[in-house]
Amino acid sequence: MPAQAASTRPGARERRFKFALIAPSIFVLLLIGVFPLVYLLVVSFQGITMTSNDMSFQGLRNYALLFQDARLWQSLLHTLAFTAIALPIELLLGLLMAQLFIEHLPGRQIFVALLVLPVVLSPIVAGATWSLMFDNRFGPINQVISWIAGREITLLWTINPTLVYPAILVAEVWQWTPFMFLLLLAALSAVDKSQLEAAAIDGAGYWRTFRRIVLPAIWPVMAVAILIRTLDLFRLFDIVWVLTRGGPGTMTETLSIFTYVKGFQQFETSYTAAVALLIIVGLSVVLILALRRVELSR
Amino acid sequence: MKLRRRRTLTLLARFAGALTLTAFFLFPIYWLFMISFKTANEIYAYPPVWWPASLQFDNYRVLFKDGDAVAVWNSLVVASVSTVLAMFLGTLCAYSLARFRTGGAHLANWIISQRMVPPIAVVFPIFLLYVWFRAVDTYAGLILLYTAFNLPYVIWMMRGYILDIPIALEQAALVDGYNRWQVLFKVVFPMCRAGLFATAVFTFVFAWNDFLFALVLTRTEVVTYTVQVTHYFGGQSNFWGKISAMSMLGTLPIFIVVGFLQRYLVRGISLGAVKG
Repeated sequence: MPAQAASTRPGARERRFKFALIAPSIFVLLLIGVFPLVYLLVVSFQGITMTSNDMSFQGLRNYALLFQDARLWQSLLHTLAFTAIALPIELLLGLLMAQLFIEHLPGRQIFVALLVLPVVLSPIVAGATWSLMFDNRFGPINQVISWIAGREITLLWTINPTLVYPAILVAEVWQWTPFMFLLLLAALSAVDKSQLEAAAIDGAGYWRTFRRIVLPAIWPVMAVAILIRTLDLFRLFDIVWVLTRGGPGTMTETLSIFTYVKGFQQFETSYTAAVALLIIVGLSVVLILALRRVELSR
Repeated sequence: MKLRRRRTLTLLARFAGALTLTAFFLFPIYWLFMISFKTANEIYAYPPVWWPASLQFDNYRVLFKDGDAVAVWNSLVVASVSTVLAMFLGTLCAYSLARFRTGGAHLANWIISQRMVPPIAVVFPIFLLYVWFRAVDTYAGLILLYTAFNLPYVIWMMRGYILDIPIALEQAALVDGYNRWQVLFKVVFPMCRAGLFATAVFTFVFAWNDFLFALVLTRTEVVTYTVQVTHYFGGQSNFWGKISAMSMLGTLPIFIVVGFLQRYLVRGISLGAVKG
């Protein structure tokens, strides 16, 4: 290699090698990750909208608008609501499911392999699946409800304001509970059996054993699972897009959908740039605080 | 014996529970797939029909006849090319991070944090830049974005896999007169073959299943299958046959591949937090 022949000192050669390895990746990340961010910052200070291409400096006008935009904060509220409801349900159901499968069970591997299928489905396909399930005339859910009720019942799952949240949450929980299940099953399998036996000999009850031994042991994995799912829920877009497009009205509009609508349907370019920056900065602050507690790496 | 009977009963109860759960999680997928084999009359029958009278492939035939199936090809092109690129660049970077601690913990953390940003915030400025450079609705534009989006994942995962292999082998190879690049290609890569393969599959799946990037950056030429699926949702009525068939074309390959990868699944989706 010419790069190595040029240098005789092994230290310099190693340095060149290790930086040559990371250079292409860092270049791509700077090009697609950082450069657009700088551009975003510039645009957010301009006044570009659908009708005007005003590139003059507008100061903090777009940022001031953020605070008056009720629709933006409502979309944040919707996003937080989805997160606050879906996450605990997924965690709890996943944990219960993992408990069911932790001990010997015939066909265990086949069950697990089948149960994780929703996780690898595209969220768009998952959304399509549930809009089929919830279809008021041709879907099986209203049919089953009608059977149980003994009379014909037509619920408008994706239109009725009281039903849209349950409908989206069912789809979301259905797709991602298996994710929690899979991670928690792996974590539970790794719990030290001798500790559990010792606890049983000492006469510790189920809850005590769970709180004192099992939970601390699975916590690192659980924390990562919670972190991954929180970030996913915070960017929630696909399933809601397919099921309700944020409707009725803007009732189920998430932060991502709001940003999409502003930027790509209403073409409020400069304002959307400010929104995107708000999201990035806000999330970064929360992440820095959260990551101090969670050790993702070894 | 009483104890044994009770044990058998709990086992039976757990088995029944497992069956019920599996049925609950698989039924929607069954419903989606089954629609694609129904005739239009069966799809729009009221009350709904739970299984088609006969398997027929008209819904698929229509997709291929109308040329809509090209969306699956587009997905394949952008997902595979971006996977190859991200794997190659990312693994090199991962090796540097793992063995030389290049940039220390800060660089590693910065790289993984790139993946945590909501895609909508990233794609908006990229869209503006792409309009400028005329990269909207091109393979190259989409491939570049997926490569960049998947790089942090690849680097993060491969760093973990490389740390798993003993460094002694590399040192031995260096003593034997291999240069650094030879060590990389003849010792390290073969040693973490399984990790490379598993990571590549997940990288592929992320790009394959993505919707938002493709929605923003495609118009007509490189529409991917997820975007195509949403085209069949109409204001008044939905083309369930097409939705179902297109979803099936996009999902079945993933199911098959992931079926072979059960061992690596947990590590792959947990960002390496759980070692399989």
